[in-house]
Amino acid sequence: MKDAFGLPQSLLVLGGTSEIALATARRLIARRTRTVWLAGRPSPALEAAAAELRLLGADAHTVPFDALDPGAHEAVLGKVFAEGDVDLVLLAFGVLGDQAHDEREPAAAVRVAQTNYTGAVSAGLIAARALQTQGHGSLVVLSSVAGERARRSNFIYGSSKAGLDAFAQGLGDALHGTGVHVMVVRPGFVRTKMTAGLPQPPLATTPEAVATAVELGLRRRSETVWAPGLLRVAMSALRHVPRGVFRRLPI
Amino acid sequence: MAAETASETVSVTGWGRTAPTAARVIRPRTYPEAVAAVRDCGARGGIPRGLGRAYGDAAQNAGGTVIDVTGLDRIHVVDADAGVVLCDAGVSLHRLMEVLLPLGWFVPVTPGTRYVTVGGAIAADIHGKNHHVSGSFARHVTSFELLTADGTVRTVRQGSPLFDATAGGMGLTGIVLTATVGLQPVETSLMSVDTERAADLDDLMARLTAGDHRYRYSVAWIDLLARGAATGRAVLTRGDHAPLDALPARARRTPLSFRPSRLPAPPAFLPDGLLTRTGVALFNELWYRRAPRARTGELQRLSAFFHPLDGVPHWNRVYGRGGFVQYQFVVGHGREDALRRIVQRVSARRCPSFLAVLKRFGEADPGWLSFPRPGWTLALDIPAGLPGLGVLLDELDEEVAAAGGRVYLAKDSRLRPDLLAAMYPRLDDFRALRAELDPRGVFVSDLARRLNFQEPA
Repeated sequence: MKDAFGLPQSLLVLGGTSEIALATARRLIARRTRTVWLAGRPSPALEAAAAELRLLGADAHTVPFDALDPGAHEAVLGKVFAEGDVDLVLLAFGVLGDQAHDEREPAAAVRVAQTNYTGAVSAGLIAARALQTQGHGSLVVLSSVAGERARRSNFIYGSSKAGLDAFAQGLGDALHGTGVHVMVVRPGFVRTKMTAGLPQPPLATTPEAVATAVELGLRRRSETVWAPGLLRVAMSALRHVPRGVFRRLPI
Repeated sequence: MAAETASETVSVTGWGRTAPTAARVIRPRTYPEAVAAVRDCGARGGIPRGLGRAYGDAAQNAGGTVIDVTGLDRIHVVDADAGVVLCDAGVSLHRLMEVLLPLGWFVPVTPGTRYVTVGGAIAADIHGKNHHVSGSFARHVTSFELLTADGTVRTVRQGSPLFDATAGGMGLTGIVLTATVGLQPVETSLMSVDTERAADLDDLMARLTAGDHRYRYSVAWIDLLARGAATGRAVLTRGDHAPLDALPARARRTPLSFRPSRLPAPPAFLPDGLLTRTGVALFNELWYRRAPRARTGELQRLSAFFHPLDGVPHWNRVYGRGGFVQYQFVVGHGREDALRRIVQRVSARRCPSFLAVLKRFGEADPGWLSFPRPGWTLALDIPAGLPGLGVLLDELDEEVAAAGGRVYLAKDSRLRPDLLAAMYPRLDDFRALRAELDPRGVFVSDLARRLNFQEPA
């Protein structure tokens, strides 16, 4: 069960090697979390992540999960929920893709869309139903500011996150009053291996800072969290910039 | 078969309005309906709920059933000679006062609110300002009828293991249907109250230790925002039921009248952060200054003495949608050092708490999970959104556990589960009894899940 501060005792991470998710897991383990499920494609990195969390005192397990195989989601998630209540599901999987390459290779672009959007729709709905059955829990969805307004430089990734963001908002409304809390997290540019080598825009942040924002959002039972918070203001301005100007902006 | 019982799935919280979870709420109106509710409560079990004054998640059951017992609200027998009442578990202490005061009787124990049910009073084994004299509520209960997980109703008498497991058992042994409660005789519905100020925590403890035996009721409001030499300054209010001859002639004509007034409720959606540090500090300063240095024999109405907050319905709304956390612990005599450190830490952190209360407990009560034990108990309310509060309270828990103390489950919403067994040494007995009485775990609450009541240590 979550406590009065929204801190979970059990955590399921979808996308178990996500740096933001692992930073969040570390933070939550330092407070109340004891059981952690890391769901992801089987890999040494996934096992290493679980081992690291075990060192922090968590009872960490790995489960094979592939966002691109929605047919198997039901069975994978069902197995985790059968082991006991899950207080927090962190939907953290996603790929950035390579915009220039993906524009030339539509099949690669489709993979980005299928991972970030279709996979999340499937896993999100299944997780939501399980949470609703247990009558409590939070579903935290890692969206992105890139989904707030599609930019020339990464609109394939951005559009997939836009779809995810809209989906998660709607899901949150659908689950209002069911004891299940859906929180959409919109980080800006986060310095991780996914973004290594990219030029850093202003307001760049770290996985740890996003984890802090997630913990605060859980305490406040927020529905939307920006990381850093200033992005909310910045994006609400950018959203209203005319198209002709927006496309010339160096972002 | 019982008539149709209303049921709907709703979001449920405790009085602190934190951690909402959804449950199917059933409100039985008859005993057969209650039995049916227990039989049909489903895979995620059920938990009885009264007036929802437990601050945390004690009367919540996510994904399962919450059995609202306030529909069982009949007072069956009042023995006005012997001072005994037999009533349903859903009867509130408020209702009992309305019925019993004109007959010259008062409830044996009342907490800071009248709006608790008799069933809830047993489940939390509540205490009041008279604990040092009268002990907890369950001490005055001679027997009750308990609806257990197998759907049977058992008569449980004081002194039996099931009685002691149920007193303070947070509703996890079953649903109390009726209870027989011994009463306190009174001549009037007024209180004769002595008020004095204490300059700091040591002064306060000295005054409570020296004078408590002279009073039936004793409590101290403590200013946790005062710092430095004034840390722990307090206002003591102690008293007893006023005898008839203490009343002025006019009041003597209706000595037992009980008509507490209520103000309008605050609006349902107040923002967070209304209780700012400055505001609360100002309130505390005024409250302290306003209290007389020493006044004796002041006549106060029962409601003003025992239940000042009941004058404002839904007063918990002033904490906004973020809600608040109530922290109450007890440490034994001889561990005043721990109490001092905790008060200093809370003061140093400037927690905006205006409802902090210190009381000296009497003898421990027999309930296995009853909270009181001889020593000092401090209760404080803090807005849940205060940054760093979770960590601070965890640190206070360590301090309390190290001093052999415990926190009060009826108020808890955030204790770390591994401290439970240390704070409640008879938890294993409780678990063993529950394993036998309720092997399928029909009775379960969010609190029980959060604190791992099911698992053996």
